[in-house]
Amino acid sequence: MAETTPNKVTIVQAINLALKKGMQSDPEVVLLGQDVGKSGGVFRASEGLQERFGSERVMDTPLAESAIVGCAIGMAIYGLKPIAEMQFSGFAYQAFHQIEEHVSRYHNRSRGEYPMPMVIRMPYGGGIRAFEHHSESRESYYVHTPGLKVIIPSTPSDAYGLLLAAIRDPDPVIFMEPKKIYRSIKEAISEDLKIEIGKAKIARPGIDLTLIAYGAMMPVVLEAAEKVEKEYSIEVIDLRTLSPLDHETLMSSVQKTGRAIVVHEAPRTLGLGAEISALLMEKAFLHLKAPVKRITGYDTQMPYFQLENYYLPSVSRVVQGIEETMNY
Amino acid sequence: MPEKIVGNFSVKHLSILDETGRVDTTLEPKLSTSQLKKMFENMLLMREFDQRSLNMQRQGRMGTYAPALGQEAVNIGTAAALEPTDWAVPSFREHGVMLSRGIKPSTFFLFFMGSEEGNRYPRKLHTLPFAVPCASQILHAVGIGMAAKIKKDKVAIAVYFGDGATSEGDFHEGMNFAGVYQTPTVFICQNNEWAISTPRKDQTKSATLAQKALAYGFEGMQVDGNDILGVYQSCKTALEKARSGQGPQLLEYLTYRLGIHTTADDPTRYRDEKECEAWKKRDPIDRFEKYLVAKKVIQPGERQELVKQISEYLKKESEKAEAICQNLTPDEMFTYMYENFPEILKPQREEALAQNNNSPVIKGVSHG
Repeated sequence: MAETTPNKVTIVQAINLALKKGMQSDPEVVLLGQDVGKSGGVFRASEGLQERFGSERVMDTPLAESAIVGCAIGMAIYGLKPIAEMQFSGFAYQAFHQIEEHVSRYHNRSRGEYPMPMVIRMPYGGGIRAFEHHSESRESYYVHTPGLKVIIPSTPSDAYGLLLAAIRDPDPVIFMEPKKIYRSIKEAISEDLKIEIGKAKIARPGIDLTLIAYGAMMPVVLEAAEKVEKEYSIEVIDLRTLSPLDHETLMSSVQKTGRAIVVHEAPRTLGLGAEISALLMEKAFLHLKAPVKRITGYDTQMPYFQLENYYLPSVSRVVQGIEETMNY
Repeated sequence: MPEKIVGNFSVKHLSILDETGRVDTTLEPKLSTSQLKKMFENMLLMREFDQRSLNMQRQGRMGTYAPALGQEAVNIGTAAALEPTDWAVPSFREHGVMLSRGIKPSTFFLFFMGSEEGNRYPRKLHTLPFAVPCASQILHAVGIGMAAKIKKDKVAIAVYFGDGATSEGDFHEGMNFAGVYQTPTVFICQNNEWAISTPRKDQTKSATLAQKALAYGFEGMQVDGNDILGVYQSCKTALEKARSGQGPQLLEYLTYRLGIHTTADDPTRYRDEKECEAWKKRDPIDRFEKYLVAKKVIQPGERQELVKQISEYLKKESEKAEAICQNLTPDEMFTYMYENFPEILKPQREEALAQNNNSPVIKGVSHG
């Protein structure tokens, strides 16, 4: 029998457990980032790990995102499996050139001689009344970069299973963590839980309309689906892996429902909604009963927190979108 | 409270073999005849590789090429100091390092002919492919050093970059990390005076580039970069220190880019040719040749014979590379993208392959 955690855990605790498990089961796994060691990370995601695995495997680094990722590349070249933490996704841009120019390309340009088995973790997204630069949702940059895999979990189980899968994956994975729901959902998780990268999840089955979301938008869309359940049977898909996208789950759902809405907090233009919408046009055109709708953040800057709730898709915006699509 | 001096720093300059071929025998490295001859041959190989590549680029048989004419001493001298277990992390003007490390000229030609196949270096050579974005490779070298330290391996890592790269953030971040983690990194700055059209004096107001190491808590040294004996000796000492756990060092090699930045560049727009002429008199190969003739390692006139042999060898190697180019298929865009190939890329691969079957692939290269 697989052991389950004695108590229910939050997403951030599940991440901590996955890091611990990943480091326990493979001595090549190392962790590096700002404040990840002694302090255990600003969100406590790596709490207790330096005490357990030592400061050689859990490295507090100087404040330099490009160096954290750049040195992780060197470590991967040498045969380690680094997990690099970007304290907030809003500061990962300093590392973006290392990610785009080297992390994503090394395997291909060295013809497989130097794979990049690494995970870059970063909390992302709005809704916590955070300081400026701490609330953006820029997953599209990474999804648009061939060679990377991009994961955003929305539950403790998925966070645990997918982070472990990411650590064990031979390719580089951008693991974005929805900090708004870091501590709001609790589940008991099995230590042996395995989740495959690249598979979406039907979070709620239905037949009238497919609601597609991920990360911190999942509680929003699930609540909206529940709100309208007397009128409509809504199928909710949690993408979980944004790259590579699970075309199969998306297609089979929309072929059944004929209607789709994509919800994300990232800006609308060239967000995941644009990609999924185009995909459904190409592959499910004759099944569609209404245009694919996008309910997203706006093509504006993510506003400072006084206005963030106007920006982030809300339950009422999703309910309204469901009504419009159902009555098209 | 009076003001007081809290730091005093100095930067050494090293030169062993001067322009006339005179050697400082107190500093002269102990190299065997065969080592000296190999170094000379590698210098000639590097120069001939440059020449052949430039010719092929002009004939439309090769893509953009960045020659390293005049920088042979830094390339060959540092590579000669490296052990096979050490790592070499190049920028993009380290042809001589790569050839010295055992990368086949045919592989290397292939890179400039526009195929990633030219980056397929066997891992056992501990030599990374070229890094085109300036300074980014410095961090990889530091990371290799961090990993080697974790694994308790006694290896050193030589990382190469130019004077322009010292303005990049990654240079400073890499130097800082190397200082903090005391990594076995030898930072090799090929100060060739020009970053495309920007002269060294406009790159930084620091009197030397070597002194930048002092800010990160380790030694920086300036060396005559056209003096292969000084290059070898300084690099060997720094590598030994790195291997024995004494931390990183920065070596600034003063050299000169006698040629163009790349084949897309025209230096007559920004550079006084008189400057070039002055540096030609300090040519690293001519200088080493005088030394070797005086030491009777080679005979007068032997250089021409060696060049002829090398030239024939490179001709064959470049033809091998051209033959490989003819057999590339679009499949190769996809094959190495991931270790685990994702299902959703398969239709795109089929799309590309169908294109290959329906129409002949354009085998040319762009002129840059």
